[in-house]
Amino acid sequence: MTNSQLIASTAPRVQARTLTEQEVHDIEHELTLYPDKRAVGLEALKIVQKHQGWVSDESLLAVANFLEMSAHELDGVATFFNLIFRQPVGRKVMLFCNSVSCYIMGCEQIKAHISERLGIDYGETTADGQFTLIPVPCLGDCDRAPVMLMDGEQQRNLSIEKINEILAESAERE
Amino acid sequence: MTDTPLTKNIDMKREPFDFGLYRHAGGYDGVLRMLKEMAPADVLETVKNSGLKGRGGAGFPTGLKWSFVPTGENAPKTKYLVVNADEMEPGTFKDRLLMEGDPHLLIEGMLIAAYTIQANTAYIFLRGEYLRAETLLRTAIGQAKEQGLLGKNIQGSGFDLEIILHTSAGRYICGEETALLNALEGKRANPRAKPPFPQVSGLWGKPTIVNNVETLCNLPGIIRYGTQWYKDLGKGEDAGTKLFGVSGRVKHPGCWELPLGTPIRELVDGLAGGMSDGYQLRAFLPGGGSTDFLLPEHLDLTLDYDVIGKAGSRLATGTMIILDDHTCPVGMVGNLMRFFSHESCGWCTPCRDGLPWVDSIFRRLESGQGQESDLQILTEHLEYLGPGRTFCALAPGAMAPLGSALKHFRDDFEAHIRTGACPWQK
Amino acid sequence: MAKISVDGIEYDVNPENNLLQECLSQGLDLPYFCWHPCMGSVGACRQCAVKQYRNEEDKKGTIVMACMTPASDGSIISINDQQATDFRSHVIESLMISHPHDCPVCEEGGECHLQDMTQMSGHNYRRYDFKKVTHRNQNLGPFIGHEMNRCIACYRCVRFYNDYAGGEDLAALGSHHHVYFGRHEEGVLENEFSGNLAEVCPTGVFTDKTFSAHYTRKWDLQTAPSICAGCGVGCNTAPGERYGTLRRVVNRYHHDINGYFICDRGRFGYDANSSKQRVGKALYRHGQEAEFKPLSSLEAKRQFAAMTGGDVIGIGSPRATLESNIALRDRVGVENFYAGFSDAQFDCLQEVLKSLREPGLYCPDVRQIERSDCVLVVNEDITNTSARLALAIRQAGRNAATDLANEARIPLWQDAAVRELAQNTRSPLIIVSPQGSRLDDVASATHLLQLDNQIHLLQAVAHAIDPDALKPTASNEVDEALSSSIAAQLCQAKNPCLVSGISAESPALVKACVNVAKALRAYRKHNSAEQNPVALCFAMPEANSLGMALLLETGGKPLRAALQRLASGSADAAIVMENDLSLRTSQTALAEAMAGGVPLIVMDQLHNRFNEQAQLLLPSSSVFEQHGTWINYEGRAQSSYQVFRPSEDILASYERLSALDPMQECGVSSELIMQEFARANDAFSALTQLRPPRVGISASLKSPRQSHRFSGRTAMHAQDHVHESQQEQDRASALAFSMEGVMLQKDSSLMASPWSPAWNSNQSISKFQQEINGELQQGSKGELLCVRQSTETAYDAISAKRDEKLTCFIISQLFGSDEISANAPAIQARSLGPYACIGQELALACGIRQHGLVDITTQTGRVQLPVIIRRQIAPNCIGIYPANEVDKYALLLGEITLQAVPDEDSHIASSRAMFDHLLIKDALAREA
Repeated sequence: MTNSQLIASTAPRVQARTLTEQEVHDIEHELTLYPDKRAVGLEALKIVQKHQGWVSDESLLAVANFLEMSAHELDGVATFFNLIFRQPVGRKVMLFCNSVSCYIMGCEQIKAHISERLGIDYGETTADGQFTLIPVPCLGDCDRAPVMLMDGEQQRNLSIEKINEILAESAERE
Repeated sequence: MTDTPLTKNIDMKREPFDFGLYRHAGGYDGVLRMLKEMAPADVLETVKNSGLKGRGGAGFPTGLKWSFVPTGENAPKTKYLVVNADEMEPGTFKDRLLMEGDPHLLIEGMLIAAYTIQANTAYIFLRGEYLRAETLLRTAIGQAKEQGLLGKNIQGSGFDLEIILHTSAGRYICGEETALLNALEGKRANPRAKPPFPQVSGLWGKPTIVNNVETLCNLPGIIRYGTQWYKDLGKGEDAGTKLFGVSGRVKHPGCWELPLGTPIRELVDGLAGGMSDGYQLRAFLPGGGSTDFLLPEHLDLTLDYDVIGKAGSRLATGTMIILDDHTCPVGMVGNLMRFFSHESCGWCTPCRDGLPWVDSIFRRLESGQGQESDLQILTEHLEYLGPGRTFCALAPGAMAPLGSALKHFRDDFEAHIRTGACPWQK
Repeated sequence: MAKISVDGIEYDVNPENNLLQECLSQGLDLPYFCWHPCMGSVGACRQCAVKQYRNEEDKKGTIVMACMTPASDGSIISINDQQATDFRSHVIESLMISHPHDCPVCEEGGECHLQDMTQMSGHNYRRYDFKKVTHRNQNLGPFIGHEMNRCIACYRCVRFYNDYAGGEDLAALGSHHHVYFGRHEEGVLENEFSGNLAEVCPTGVFTDKTFSAHYTRKWDLQTAPSICAGCGVGCNTAPGERYGTLRRVVNRYHHDINGYFICDRGRFGYDANSSKQRVGKALYRHGQEAEFKPLSSLEAKRQFAAMTGGDVIGIGSPRATLESNIALRDRVGVENFYAGFSDAQFDCLQEVLKSLREPGLYCPDVRQIERSDCVLVVNEDITNTSARLALAIRQAGRNAATDLANEARIPLWQDAAVRELAQNTRSPLIIVSPQGSRLDDVASATHLLQLDNQIHLLQAVAHAIDPDALKPTASNEVDEALSSSIAAQLCQAKNPCLVSGISAESPALVKACVNVAKALRAYRKHNSAEQNPVALCFAMPEANSLGMALLLETGGKPLRAALQRLASGSADAAIVMENDLSLRTSQTALAEAMAGGVPLIVMDQLHNRFNEQAQLLLPSSSVFEQHGTWINYEGRAQSSYQVFRPSEDILASYERLSALDPMQECGVSSELIMQEFARANDAFSALTQLRPPRVGISASLKSPRQSHRFSGRTAMHAQDHVHESQQEQDRASALAFSMEGVMLQKDSSLMASPWSPAWNSNQSISKFQQEINGELQQGSKGELLCVRQSTETAYDAISAKRDEKLTCFIISQLFGSDEISANAPAIQARSLGPYACIGQELALACGIRQHGLVDITTQTGRVQLPVIIRRQIAPNCIGIYPANEVDKYALLLGEITLQAVPDEDSHIASSRAMFDHLLIKDALAREA
């Protein structure tokens, strides 16, 4: 192991990107709500995700710089929460409830159908970048199970037919 | 007077009451009177006397919880009220109903709680997926502020309150009140050691009360109609009403406000219409995913904290999950174990490393590859992950359905091992 | 005191502690992972579960975590209770479910806390038969290896690195059983204490990468108690050797100094010992010959004798042992003995010694610094000069949290709770410096001032504390406000502590600091309930800076006198011992001295610019290869013991210099020199107590340097001959180069590597402490040599005036400034070439671009250096990092002019690559 190897392998890989005006505006608003900058970390990541679809390393660094906190610590927070995406996701993210009531009401068959139709498993994105399928804990709609959250809309009483409808509709809109 | 103080304004077929309609229905009357006539200590006394118990799952007396907050001249000036609206308990869908159905009720409840402990800032920690609740709450907070019920010197009382809505990003553990506080501070949501309790050192080290949405929604009624009225609402030992839900293979799954002390049968066979055609009741979890199974023989018990406790389970969130005879109990419990295993925060050993082991065993059992020794290991985990062993209540909660399932459905577990397949999979 | 009952036996315990700590203090075996004596409890691992009973009647009891339960009076607990034992074995079983079976190839094997605890908790058969969780590792730089698959997620690493040491680039990532400890992207671990991760980690996740490169099992290492020679703090270390090469250095517990932690210079600098720069053989050249010729050890001895027959002068060294300096002086005579440091340092050290004898003040040890509730750091970039003190200053900030916790009745060992309660509340830390530092994140204020203005400010502070202290001549409004605010904070504190150093080589600065301490002394006498002495300490640049200064008090002259004699040629020969004189004076002055033509004999460990000019160059032992005495910044003398014997060509300087025949009396001389010297000089009489007596100890009663598991002894030299070699004899100490003898554990002052049955890791140290985190059973204190006098001296007059002209200050780097450790490959990988740094205004005024080149000219010197523009630089200041290359003494004299060297992109590009590794948080962005 030579010194140059050691140094070369440890140089920083990514540079922070510049936050957009809208992102800065939104984050600055959040800053007014908390007594401590660090508390805004998660909110800021959500803001970036809202605008960029996911949180890239470049975005993470940008947020950390903006909040004057350690990027490492911020990544610790980012990777802790289920709904911060540290990998690119599809244009539509299916947050599919696979908790107990939905299980009883047959969500596994529905999921199998989605996987078959789209060719993706949990955590995967379709080749065309259209859909990502992510399991989430109970969505709190157990009386209308099975459910999923997609595009900000709660889809209830899911059935194979309903999935087909949803997919057809979204294909139409494209 | 009403006998459904939590849901009297709720009709999910229409938009919830805005400020005007809520006010018209008598909303904020109690708060206005409180600000004029009652000292914080009076409100505390009233809430203590009402017998209100926390509706988040643990059932701890609310007034008692509040009484640990330091008061007086030497008490810290900054205190916080935090609303636990991170509803994520499997099979639980009651707080969503309250927030989407009557957001001003929560705000009114928050005003009462914050006034009692003299907190000037309150955070609502809302689950990130509750998008509609977020919109409705933002609107309601705006309206309340416009009408001078939030902000500085509310109605000339000298009391200030800001309500800030915080939306989370999905972690079951945030429902644990100290983990929630860490999340709110922007940290990883590992729970904190207790003591010190949040009432003494909570959010940013300041005295903090964390209350569940439903708990707070009980307060306006108590202040408006008094403790006796509230106690009388309960049919049995416990005071007040509560939201109860039923999900699973029943004819009409749903969520209803009922007096505490109502027999379970009234809920399951009455309001929920009984089992769907072709399905039989095998067992049910009485209060979400972290409770022990009860059996059909328990249907005549009443919905009281102690009654359910004596039967070996917990009333917890009061939202029942029905296990029918077409669903594999091993699969159902396996689903819960997968959930708890994934939602462990990773802080303490038994939960972080014990639950994935349990989960792995369930996957093996379901696939028919299970062994006799697996049941032994599962049984050991009941104690290993039991109360007091782990850092917080997540893993002991997970052990509740597991332990009762091993007791009640032993045959089903053994059938999986014996036949090398899941008997429900055809 | 409280009484608790553990398994039916009563113990007296401290109720302020938790049960785990108290059980361990009582010598009981109770397994644990996440708890650490310096980091308190967080209750994560659940390994220390015990059964607690409410009262005598309670037979059922409840399982509690010992680390999270106070040891309150009357507690009844059981460690051996079946339910508790079962639970603990279950915990270890699940901790191990994903742990690899790689102990045979794991660096931690044999000194692994996880191995020990697994044994202790009774888990030996793996029932878990599913897939293990696996992770990718990261390259964390030249110091630390990373093997995440071994992780048991005790969270100790992040708690040490972030919470204790103030690091920012290590985090817990992910969640549930996928939690990962690393950086958010690969890269060098930045913190100066990263090496401690290898000791804090209970298993082999974080390991010493340099050790892995030439790995040996702990039990095969030959060890001896040693002292770090990296700076003047005097941290205790335990180096380990095998097959003639030094393999690693680990922390050796000293209650008052380093405790459980040392800095990365001290840990990773050892490899200079095997560096290519090492002088391995005696070298000689006739007259003007260009080439050195190697000499045999006998020839070297003869040549040395021949050259030193006449009138010889000797220049000693602050980085050599006290023995070697004494031996040199004895050899050349007091009238021919000269200081080995710069004249300005000589003057500074006189003042420092005075302060160490001043009544009403005390020089705090490291632990006492930790207890201070208000620290004032003046000028010294303490993290880069005496890093261990900086770690202590960081802890001192937590004393405010301690007060809050006491008020809220939260026990101090409740680490997370105390931090939560305190938030950003810290005891005051005031930094007065020409530049921002690594302590700024915990400082209550950093005042950026050039040296003269610092001295001016200190005078004003002294005056504000005690009006009798001289008022500085020219004052103004800003100073008044600032000085009275600093004064007020110091006066309010119960244990104020002043920390400075002699890096600036300014006697006036030392005096000004002493004046502030004296003013505080006067204030406390008259106005305060606090009557305890005032803490004042000065960081020492080298391991024997203070030792040499003390020695010079009994005879010797400053360096300039030696240079004059050399220049005039009025000596037959000069011996320069372990000293690169090119770092002690300007090149011009040195060249003039060399022109005198006095034959030069140099003894040193490593080749350097200076010793290439020698006629006779003799190889010297390193700290690891000789016995030696070192006097740290407190005036505390400590012994280091020879870890292993180097090749016969290499000798300790004192061995070469003493009249004894080194071939015959190998090693004896250090002891004789020291005894004789101590008897002759009252001030040093304590030195006779320093080491356990060696006389009267028969070989079998000596303490072994090798563990009782040492392997391969009879085969180690099998490649040379088949006979079993005779053991090396050590006649100079109570240690033996052997596995036999009285276990080291009998005397903790001789113990390098703790071991106790069932405790193979460094955590076994608890078995040798009087209580957890307390003094070692037999002590290991060393001897304080500076005695406080009874009469107070008056304030020193200093002509301090504000100055606005451009001045230069010298920057130190933890990795690079120390001459010896700078030659260790791992340290080199973290070192930089020379550079300069300036503030934005000056850069703008001179038209200097970020990372461009600046031309610095003074009356006596000129240099071109790459520049980094920083936010935190005092106005009109330029900082220069000389990297043992640039002639700093030439730059410190007279007027300085700066000029931008016309921009060439290649300059900027090449210096950028270098600055990428410079961890300065306040550097401006590249394009700024």
